[in-house]
Amino acid sequence: MPEQKKSLETPFTAEKAESLHAGDIIYITGIIYTGRDLAHKRLVDSLQAGEELPFDLKDSIIYYVGPSPTPPGKVIGSAGPTTSYRMDPYATILMEQGLRGMIGKGNRSPEVLDAMKKFSGVYFQSTGGAAALIAKSIVKADVIAYDDLGPEAIRRLEVKDFPAIVVNDCHGGDLFSSEIAKYKTG
Amino acid sequence: MTQKRVIAKDEIINVVKKMCIEANCIVPDDMLDVFKKFRETEKSPIGRETLDQIIENARIGKDENMPTCQDTGLAIFFVEIGSDIEIDGGLHKLEEYINEGTRQGYEEGYLRKSVVEHPYKRVNTKDNTPAIIYYKPVAGDKLKIKFTSKGGGSENMSKVNMMKPADGREGIKKWIVEAVTIAGANPCPPTVLGIGIGGNFEKAAIMAKEALFRNIGERHPDPDIAALEEEILEEVNKTGVGPQGLGGSTTSLEVFINYAPCHIASMPVALNINCHAQRHREVEL
Repeated sequence: MPEQKKSLETPFTAEKAESLHAGDIIYITGIIYTGRDLAHKRLVDSLQAGEELPFDLKDSIIYYVGPSPTPPGKVIGSAGPTTSYRMDPYATILMEQGLRGMIGKGNRSPEVLDAMKKFSGVYFQSTGGAAALIAKSIVKADVIAYDDLGPEAIRRLEVKDFPAIVVNDCHGGDLFSSEIAKYKTG
Repeated sequence: MTQKRVIAKDEIINVVKKMCIEANCIVPDDMLDVFKKFRETEKSPIGRETLDQIIENARIGKDENMPTCQDTGLAIFFVEIGSDIEIDGGLHKLEEYINEGTRQGYEEGYLRKSVVEHPYKRVNTKDNTPAIIYYKPVAGDKLKIKFTSKGGGSENMSKVNMMKPADGREGIKKWIVEAVTIAGANPCPPTVLGIGIGGNFEKAAIMAKEALFRNIGERHPDPDIAALEEEILEEVNKTGVGPQGLGGSTTSLEVFINYAPCHIASMPVALNINCHAQRHREVEL
């Protein structure tokens, strides 16, 4: 697998997605949206009810995060990724509507991986538990929906050189399986 | 009868508040040292980069008073109550004071409120209470409060297995290694493993949780259990899972086991996985 350091600017078009491969180290600049368990449920409920969504999913990136509260003088609190498999039941439906990138940690379901191939989606991981470090790449944060959910509200984040690694590309590449096999000795 | 020493309400609230904030923002030296130790031996370049990020993150947390992880956890307390003390207002008030300290700590420390009031209706309580508290009466005139903030990602990968006595020591090792391999990147490796062996269904789990309060390098006093801790650590680090599941030789940093007698039919084993944010504090009043 090629391992390259690359910059990525949003919007995250299909063409950009197709140029990425598992193992690429990516620095994202532009606009991404936060969303975790309850926000995903509301987005999908809205879609099913035919309601308008709080942001345009086309060529978007969702970051699975529920940040800690913003201390005085900061843009946002600590903001590392949460575990992604909990969003698997919703991810395919959102990709059908144009969602292109997902940032989290941990494995995705076979169904989500298939949907990524079909809709040119990319799954990134950023370092779980490096939340104070990751927060430094967030330059602006605004709650745009579901404020009542507290940490689970949807935020629009402006990011600069947000660090992530491509775990699953849209060509079927899977960094977990290829890398773990290299270091398994038992 | 001699007068018992009274522990004041405000004293309890204040120490709880302080522990909540410090544990979440300041990575203790034993954890920093073990990050650095495994950074030296990690075989994967991505793994080394990940460990560097974790070390740098700890520095930022301390310097800027920021939680090292946004998941500042459920507040969990193990409380030892000396039989020669009294709690201000009565022993039954202790729970109220610990919850009040938790509430103040999570508010004033800008820590995330991660508790929902009902498991499937899921409305946030907005103050990170109620805490989960275990009490133990002990001899003496002290109140010891041990605190950990336990993240959800690693807790979700934890398991209890009611194993057969015939599975034995080797069976335990094999099951733990399997569980850690299946968990992969989800619990934010490199992890710390708390293991409870014996007791019964719930006692095994509580022993596993309490094991996570030990400091890195603190082996169990029983030599065979201590050896088992070391063997399990060696085996899980051969799985290849590595830092953040991206491959490597550092899957876990430490293994702590507690054990207890159990039924002739049973060999309960509980695995409580903790992420690298191994956050605990204790204070004695």
